[in-house]
Amino acid sequence: MNLTLKIWRQPGPDEKGKFVNYPISDVSPESSFLEMMDVLNEQLIAKGEEPVAFDHDCREGICGMCSMYINGRPHGPDDAITTCQLHMRKFKDGDTITIEPWRAKPFPVIKDLIVDRSSFDEIIQAGGFISVDTGGIPDANAIPIPKLNADLAMDAASCIGCGACVAACKNASAMLFVSAKVSQFALLPQGKIEAKRRVQKMVAKMDELGFGNCTNTYACEAECPKEIKVTNIARMNREFFAAKVRAEK
Amino acid sequence: MATLKSKIPEGTLAEKWTNYKAHQNLVNPANKRKLEVIVVGTGLAGAAAAASLGELGFKVKNFCIQDSPRRAHSIAAQGGINAAKNYPNDGDSIYRLFYDTIKGGDYRSREANVYRLAEVSNNIIDQCVAQGVPFAREYGGLLDNRSFGGALVSRTFYARGQTGQQLLLGAYSALSKEVSRGSVEMYVRREMLDLVIIDGRARGIITRNTVTGEIERFAAHAVVLATGGYGNVFFLSTNAMNSNGSAAWQCYKRGAVFGNPCMVQIHPTCIPVHGDYQSKLTLMSESLRNDGRIWVPKNKEDAEKIQKGQLKPTEIKEEDRDYYLERRYPAFGNLVPRDVASRAAKERCDAGYGVGNTGLAVYLDFKHAIERLGKEVIEARYGNLFQMYEKIVDENPYETPMMIYPAIHYTMGGIWVDYELQTTIPGLFAAGEANFSDHGANRLGASALMQGLADGYFVIPYTVQNYLADQINVPFFKTDLPEFEQAEKEVRDKLEKLLNNNGSTTVDTFHKKLGLLMWDHVGMARNKEGLEEAIKEIRALRDAFWKDVKVPGSLKGVNVELEKATRVADFLELGELMAMDALNREESCGGHFREEYQTEEGEAVRNDKDYMFVSAWEYKGSDQEPVLNKESLKYEYIEVKTRNYKEAKS
Repeated sequence: MNLTLKIWRQPGPDEKGKFVNYPISDVSPESSFLEMMDVLNEQLIAKGEEPVAFDHDCREGICGMCSMYINGRPHGPDDAITTCQLHMRKFKDGDTITIEPWRAKPFPVIKDLIVDRSSFDEIIQAGGFISVDTGGIPDANAIPIPKLNADLAMDAASCIGCGACVAACKNASAMLFVSAKVSQFALLPQGKIEAKRRVQKMVAKMDELGFGNCTNTYACEAECPKEIKVTNIARMNREFFAAKVRAEK
Repeated sequence: MATLKSKIPEGTLAEKWTNYKAHQNLVNPANKRKLEVIVVGTGLAGAAAAASLGELGFKVKNFCIQDSPRRAHSIAAQGGINAAKNYPNDGDSIYRLFYDTIKGGDYRSREANVYRLAEVSNNIIDQCVAQGVPFAREYGGLLDNRSFGGALVSRTFYARGQTGQQLLLGAYSALSKEVSRGSVEMYVRREMLDLVIIDGRARGIITRNTVTGEIERFAAHAVVLATGGYGNVFFLSTNAMNSNGSAAWQCYKRGAVFGNPCMVQIHPTCIPVHGDYQSKLTLMSESLRNDGRIWVPKNKEDAEKIQKGQLKPTEIKEEDRDYYLERRYPAFGNLVPRDVASRAAKERCDAGYGVGNTGLAVYLDFKHAIERLGKEVIEARYGNLFQMYEKIVDENPYETPMMIYPAIHYTMGGIWVDYELQTTIPGLFAAGEANFSDHGANRLGASALMQGLADGYFVIPYTVQNYLADQINVPFFKTDLPEFEQAEKEVRDKLEKLLNNNGSTTVDTFHKKLGLLMWDHVGMARNKEGLEEAIKEIRALRDAFWKDVKVPGSLKGVNVELEKATRVADFLELGELMAMDALNREESCGGHFREEYQTEEGEAVRNDKDYMFVSAWEYKGSDQEPVLNKESLKYEYIEVKTRNYKEAKS
């Protein structure tokens, strides 16, 4: 396959970026998108040009590090995958592929296609945990949990923190990400104990960091590589409302 | 020569850890605030250690190379975590988990460490459930188990095919809790480039900030290395792209002895290699062997037709299929340990029975399982794995058998540690895959997660405290000490040398060449001639690297090529040590298979008389050969036997 790659190049956070076109030839349809990017970078280095900086690590769709906005979609033109799982067979010979970083105020560009997603860590640090220390724990089977709850908690917990939901949302809302963590714990007896405190703290932090509100377009669910459902947002809204009504001191 | 003191506590096997804890030194709460600990890495071992040390009140600095601690490569572990809970009432116990781990490791691991691992395994499950880890459950609300290779019981806890992710997110949430409490300071996008030693003790690290490019210094009273394994020396492996051996390698060059470098695990069920541009290999969880059956055609003509695309696997009749694991190992069948399954696949492919267009693949077939259990059950158990396979290979594994082939997955070898997980450098500890201690010559499935969390939650917090007890009057270290100056200078000189090399060959070109060399000579099957050849070729490749490597950009800002270059420079040294270790070990055991030492049936032949020891290599300078130290292994509570997976007797 011969392709034209239209890639966002930006030297640093405070510098202006622009699109640059790169022709690339003899791309194997069996290669992954990131392997195609590797080939491009090898060619750029050989020519004495600067390689394109992009985040990636596990290359099997679980670490959440890869983060490209490809042809107007986070992680590109396939459903339920990350960019590292996207394969070139999804494109046609002669295509022009537009590659941008995640675009959202709370995810500032570091360089080229790399963005800073530490705001997600800050939201988790605000309360996305169960406050138990190591040791002194009762037996794992001491509290039975209905299978349905465990399964729904697992659905929510499968979030990889990639930020596709934010990148897909016209409001740059982080509601799907935050609600997935809130839901996971709200569904489990272990998490119920500090549920009210948790949802209030996480939502406050999310707002403080400049993420937008949810206007129910469901773009987040459509683009989530792990198919996390917007019903989690509904659950978080209920949790948040209940916490406000019966606030703890 | 280094002195290797394993410091195994007194008492019977079952009493040792209890005795240790009863007599260890403690630090009072007010003094803990005066003591700093650096933890490098945020995988299961690193995050669990940092969080637990923070909870105790120590001042912790935790480092990771990714943009968030949640992305460490533990996240990619799929199948599960072992524990001796015996919830299924099928005869499991701490002793049996201990026994299976020692046997699975082919009698090359330390008895006392492994027993402790089995002992704390149950605490791990309790801890994770309390953190909100959504393990799979039965309809009655209790936890579900499944079986894994090398065991006759079901002791593996799991969270779909994402167990590593869920356990890591549990440890990450504990870590986040401590960050918010202020006991742990988190440093992301940092790569450790050197260890700083003051008066013989580990007292700090030098890092590069991979965003700004700054070289930074950090001091502490103790350093915990939890930086994972070095499988990426092979270029193609199931490891993440950023996983590397450099932090451990710097510690080795600063005096930490390296244990069993040749012990590498090759995982039998990975998606086969498809082309030259391939960047990594993807694992298909071992849990698939619970229901999938492995086979190749019985007739070579069929295999050849399949390779040419003239025949489909579904067209081959049942009687023309060779379920070679079930044939060779009736008792364990498809659930033999990883080293055995990998070698058996290689044997069939080398003999010409392999499938796929390369002939380097075997089938993993779910046809019978789907007939027996229904598609829904299989989907519930392995749905995400099947989807992952389909995205990569573009074939539907519900309809046609998966193709798999062995790939580099895990390194049992690592920095040598004593019972306290302390290295031969006082104050430097190594946890998780970064140390050598628990898996001997082969690791059982679902035991890496167990070991990472055991070390992080339940061992390091005790042993680091024991070490720090006499350090309470040692004030915080300043980073303008000459030892820091010197270490930073050495790092800068190395980086600048790489940047100013003006060569013409990219880093990846060298890495791929090294990878092929390692796979051909230090991979699944090794022999004297090949290993000697490998050592020669690695040395030549290393010279070529330093003469001709091209690293663009500068020290400032993001420079991915520079990061890769430092790692490959270290791999070019580590690879040689692996080959030397493999050459030295004139026996076959676990993942280390020397072709000269096998039975007529192709089974490994151990040499307990001469090789029942841990190889502990000691660095002597760049112009000298490393020195081999030996820690002999004694088995007091287990009878050493030839591993046998043909019969059910243990």
